[in-house]
Amino acid sequence: MTAIDSALQPAHDTAHGHHAKPSGITRWLFATNHKDIGSLYLWFAFSMFIFGGVLALCIRAELFRPGLQFWQPELFNQFTTLHGLIMVFGAIMPAFTGLANWMLPLMIGAPDMAFARMNNWSFWLLPPAALLLLISFAVPGGAAAAGWTLYAPLSTQMGMGMDLTIFAIHIMGVSSIMGSINIIVTILNLRAPGMTMMKMPMFAWASLITAYLIIAVMPVLAGVVTMVLTDRHFGTHFFNAAGGGDPVLYQHIFWFFGHPEVYIMALPAFGIVSHIIPTFSRKPLFGYTSMVYATSSIAILSFMVWAHHMFTTGMPATAQLFFMYATMLIAVPTGVKVFNWIGTMWQGSMSFETPMLFAIGFICLFTVGGLSGVTLSIAAIDIQLQDTYYVVAHFHYVLVAGALFSLFAAVYYWFPKMTGRMYSEFWGKFHFWWSLLWFNVTFFPMHFLGLAGMPRRIPDYNMQFTDFNTMASVGAFCFGLGQLIFFANMLHSLRHGRPAAAKPWEGADTLEWQIATPAPYHSFVEAPDLEVGENGRIDAMHGGKHH
Amino acid sequence: MHNETSHHYFVPDPSRWPIIGAVALFALGLGASFTVNGIAAGKFGLLLGVLILLWMLFGWFGDVIRESLSGRYQRREDASFRWGMSWFIFSEVMFFAAFFGALFYVRTISVPELGNEQHQLLYPGFAASWPLATGPGISATYQAMGPWGLPAVNTLILLSSGATLTWAHWGLLSGLRWRLVFGLGLTVVLGALFLGLQIYEYAHAMNELGLSLASGAYGMTFFMLTGFHGLHVLLGAIMLAVVWLRVLRGHFNAEHHFAFEAAAWYWHFVDVVWLILFVFVYWL
Ligand code: HEM
Ligand SMILES: [Cu+2]
Repeated sequence: MTAIDSALQPAHDTAHGHHAKPSGITRWLFATNHKDIGSLYLWFAFSMFIFGGVLALCIRAELFRPGLQFWQPELFNQFTTLHGLIMVFGAIMPAFTGLANWMLPLMIGAPDMAFARMNNWSFWLLPPAALLLLISFAVPGGAAAAGWTLYAPLSTQMGMGMDLTIFAIHIMGVSSIMGSINIIVTILNLRAPGMTMMKMPMFAWASLITAYLIIAVMPVLAGVVTMVLTDRHFGTHFFNAAGGGDPVLYQHIFWFFGHPEVYIMALPAFGIVSHIIPTFSRKPLFGYTSMVYATSSIAILSFMVWAHHMFTTGMPATAQLFFMYATMLIAVPTGVKVFNWIGTMWQGSMSFETPMLFAIGFICLFTVGGLSGVTLSIAAIDIQLQDTYYVVAHFHYVLVAGALFSLFAAVYYWFPKMTGRMYSEFWGKFHFWWSLLWFNVTFFPMHFLGLAGMPRRIPDYNMQFTDFNTMASVGAFCFGLGQLIFFANMLHSLRHGRPAAAKPWEGADTLEWQIATPAPYHSFVEAPDLEVGENGRIDAMHGGKHH
Repeated sequence: MHNETSHHYFVPDPSRWPIIGAVALFALGLGASFTVNGIAAGKFGLLLGVLILLWMLFGWFGDVIRESLSGRYQRREDASFRWGMSWFIFSEVMFFAAFFGALFYVRTISVPELGNEQHQLLYPGFAASWPLATGPGISATYQAMGPWGLPAVNTLILLSSGATLTWAHWGLLSGLRWRLVFGLGLTVVLGALFLGLQIYEYAHAMNELGLSLASGAYGMTFFMLTGFHGLHVLLGAIMLAVVWLRVLRGHFNAEHHFAFEAAAWYWHFVDVVWLILFVFVYWL
């Protein structure tokens, strides 16, 4: 860490007033403004969320009853694969990047992202990648059907859809690496004077560490899908024993990427919740420093646990034990975080606006997902549960009730600052309770299904699993319907919402609430001088210009 | 520390280059997918993608150079570039790590295991050797590439190119222009020489040793690692050549020459990868 706080120096560049607000379509196509690019990311992520959601409903429709109803197994497998890929790379990750784009400069007092033009490229690479995935449904053989994990030898066999998927992954990888470089450099280099590392907001810390994880593992994913590509078309044998390779090698490299990837989708959520809980408890975050260390240790540990996804693939008992204990160890810093959030609420004067509801829902349900994770980490148990619906239940608790709920919380929380208007509190709360209910109806029964032995990624099932599956399908359709409420609320409030105050939340104390609402198009063109407390709390602000 | 006349951090105006780059990558992705599946139209996609990408690179870097020359990049921008380049190189390190990981895995785990008694049932006559010579997937016989011929010469060339580059950098720092021009030019020439020899080595490997990507675990790790390394040398050499042209135009001075340093960092990174590669791919 080298804060170059003293690097601000006398003007060399005075003719700098030519930044007008661009208009028309080029405002979006050529955007260099972090707020515009952030909005693009968020809209893109939402549309991918809808697309991935429709695929999920196609899956749940098929699983409503035993027997084949709508799709052939091949198509069903394409749906599960693309659902996973699109939710991970199209919805959750871009949504977090979008929020980081929007909020980071405002929270640390930076004029924009460090590389504003590259920022545009990071975003605009996503639609082409999504388009490649879409096209893959139309080519002979259809889309990739090997699961989002693209395990060899499935992925070394399929048709052209797999190649399109591989190149889409390359492009999304380039996008997220550039996005991450931008986030890291902005945080390391563009903090306003006074905003030191051990004072800055948890969301900045979480984004920083997430970006580091992305830069460390996305190239590894690029490497492994490149090996799949050469195995498919250029005669290599990376994943083929006939030439000395090994399909298990694929799993090792993939999960070296894959486990950090799940934290890439979890850490920003932790950051968001670490602002919302203090705001609506009207108390500072409990244990800020330990939060920073917990986040860092999760990041380090996440590189040492990948083989817990491979307990049934065959490995020496000592390796199983190592990966089992290392995995359990991650529960410790995660536990520290949950403890700190609860400690923050303890004796706080709490109120329960929509962001807070989603944040509390996050804490409760993410913990459920964490607990099923610890269960899965026990090698002896995982051998029963691997590739069953129990795993599906586990990761939907951490990803839907975790990552997605935190995203909803964040969008409600910052909506006033972004748009200058309030959303409808009634429909926000309705959205929360509705989602909470149907989320659990959908995914809780999957624990039982998995324990009873129902395999995942199968379009048909034994009669004995019918009741829970029916329940899950009903839940899923209702959950999906509820997201339209969110969409309608956002669209309506964007135009007709009540005008918002500069600081609509009484307990909010970070920098973004110190400036006008909606945030000026160019905020902090000149860095303010700040007196900052832990978790980015602003005690005093001097100077700082916007236009 | 901070006052009214502070330098504004440079935020570029809206730019059309990024989205042009996005179109280029789309064409490349689609074109490549078609091409590997034997669809002729794919070639046009690739060609189009490359052309658009080149157009974008010229335009974008042209803007950057103009901004740099007009004094837009001061200390804070410079710090951003340094951080940015470092993290980019880190991402490249991790890309190579995946392929080295595959190499170590096949050598220490999968090949030895395929040679044990259990697998004799599956592949009778399979012998766990390195370079791996047997195996039902390996159609042609081949010989391995020894370390002490061309590869050793190439190692010397790359190492000396690192030295000439540093020599040039000293020239830049102490204002000795001819040393900068000569040292940097020599580095580019050495880089090109390396690439030429590498191409020669590939021809030798394919024609005389019978090596190809399809020569099992040995051939695939050999060509993938040296191939990706070669591409990076090419990229690094192009970067250095562009910097050299900019040196001739007097774009740099002792204080202000991040482009030079970025290319140099990249070159040293490529150098280090080669050393690891020499030890584990050619030698051991
Ligand atoms: C206390 C923390 C956690 C532990 C101990 C844990 C443990 C595990 C284990 C052992 C598995 C492998 C199960 C199997 O395939 O048999 C697994 C799967 C998975 N976990 Fe976690 N996990 C934790 C947190 C998370 C988080 C935070 C996320 C994401 C936000 C996550 C996402 C996933 C996903 C996506 C899979 C399934 C991957 C697949 O096979 O498709 N986990 N987890
Ligand atoms: Cu994991």
